Amino acid sequence: MKGIITVVGKDRVGIIAKVCTLLSEKNINILDISQTIVQGYFNMMMIVDLSNTTDDFGKIEDKLVELGNSIGVVIKLQREEIFNSMHRI
Amino acid sequence: MITRLEVQETNRMIEKAKLDVRTITLGISLLDCADNNIDALNKKIYDKITKTAEHLVKVGEDIEKEFGIPIVNKRISVTPISIVAASTKADSYVSIAHTLDKAAKAVGVNFIGGFSALVHKGCNSSDNVLIQSIPQALAETERVCSSVNLGSTKSGINMDAVKQMGQVIKDTAINTKEKDSIGCAKLVVFCNSPEDNPFMAGAFHGVGEKDAVINVGVSGPGVVKKALEEVKGKDFETLCETVKRTAFKITRVGQLVAREASERLNIPFGIIDLSLAPTPAIGDSIAEILEEMGLESVGAPGTTAALALLNDNVKKGGVMASSYVGGLSGAFIPVSEDQGMIKAVERGAINLEKLEAMTCVCSVGLDMIAIPGDTTAETISGIIADEMAIGMVNGKTTAVRIIPVIGKNVGDTVEFGGLLGYAPIMSVNSFSCKDFIRRGGRIPAPIHSFKN
Repeated sequence: MKGIITVVGKDRVGIIAKVCTLLSEKNINILDISQTIVQGYFNMMMIVDLSNTTDDFGKIEDKLVELGNSIGVVIKLQREEIFNSMHRI
Repeated sequence: MITRLEVQETNRMIEKAKLDVRTITLGISLLDCADNNIDALNKKIYDKITKTAEHLVKVGEDIEKEFGIPIVNKRISVTPISIVAASTKADSYVSIAHTLDKAAKAVGVNFIGGFSALVHKGCNSSDNVLIQSIPQALAETERVCSSVNLGSTKSGINMDAVKQMGQVIKDTAINTKEKDSIGCAKLVVFCNSPEDNPFMAGAFHGVGEKDAVINVGVSGPGVVKKALEEVKGKDFETLCETVKRTAFKITRVGQLVAREASERLNIPFGIIDLSLAPTPAIGDSIAEILEEMGLESVGAPGTTAALALLNDNVKKGGVMASSYVGGLSGAFIPVSEDQGMIKAVERGAINLEKLEAMTCVCSVGLDMIAIPGDTTAETISGIIADEMAIGMVNGKTTAVRIIPVIGKNVGDTVEFGGLLGYAPIMSVNSFSCKDFIRRGGRIPAPIHSFKN
């Protein structure tokens, strides 16, 4: 199962590092990262592979949200299908 | 591969434009619960609903979390109770309404529809018992919704039942007068009612349906409004194209949610209902879409044309996105549930007659309209008859959900709370239709219904 992680918020040191550390702890593989910074605002999207993780989808999402709160950014994890169904025929 | 811009677009729709799935409605057939003992029937109904819908709310919440799309309501519709309860020969079905209410609370759904009767050609004895039970049933229960189909293009309009329902609406209002006659917000009368409608108060599980089925109602007036902001001043082709494209995207999300829910509950998928359904929240309004098209206020000349093109293009975009489209599938124009509509009433831009004209080109009808509490039963029947005639002649669904608020008059406001919103009391034409309504009998089917 693939998931999309989005991270939006004020830029600071270590956002990517913290997110990636969490993902690696959960055995989630990163397939693609794209990121920009516009006027000090950090905006990142990751495509991740959740097929080898042992944790529950909901729990991983909660952990990411928690991490986001602690570093002052908004993190979301959603299954890829919602974007595919909306933007691909 | 999905791009960052596409992800952003979807999430902006959800976060900023209030895109959501309005309801997952589980239709459950109660035909196999029939029993000649009403206590036994009640037990079977409770058991069947609580067993079939056991995981509905949990599955809805899981999908919501995994895809990041809010699913506002999880609901249940059941076979019209007048059919299920016919063999009991009981003289009241209020106990069944209590059973439905209890079952709804047990599984955690916020509404259960199907305290209904289909009487478009005539009332049998069970239909009569059901209709007579409505005022008490809606006063004593919280989550039960009731509907009665009074007419159809194929069979005409049952004017005896239209007359009776005027009184039933009045009685329901009186029975719930302490709560601003809120009972009437859970009661709707139809012409050409669909059997797979997932939206309340009119949802019921038709007799032509499977044992259980998942129907999904999508929404997203805010998304359409936002998209139209981008094409200000452009011609109608661009306008229509934008509505269509937006409706397609919204519906694809609904289709995904429906398929997931169906798989996880192991219950077949029925239909997607393409209706744009507003809520009282700011920015979630049909009226604001029409105003974005270039009207100073909804109700201004041009409103009916604007609604017609909105409705048609929502359908054109939607049918491309889902193989099975059904239910009501049209823009809803409820007054109390739409911030823009409420404002239009308050500024005197829209009246009952204009709303009636608008129902000729959209699906639902006169919806959530508060009128003075002293409106007579005959006048309410007259309003119903007009709306039924529009549905019958145009071969479309029309409905009336009107609330005569006891003790209130034009100039007052009524607060229903939650999704039901609030509404200013609207004035009703004061000339009488008493002698017309008292005739009794049935209006025959229109000539163009004879298609065989």
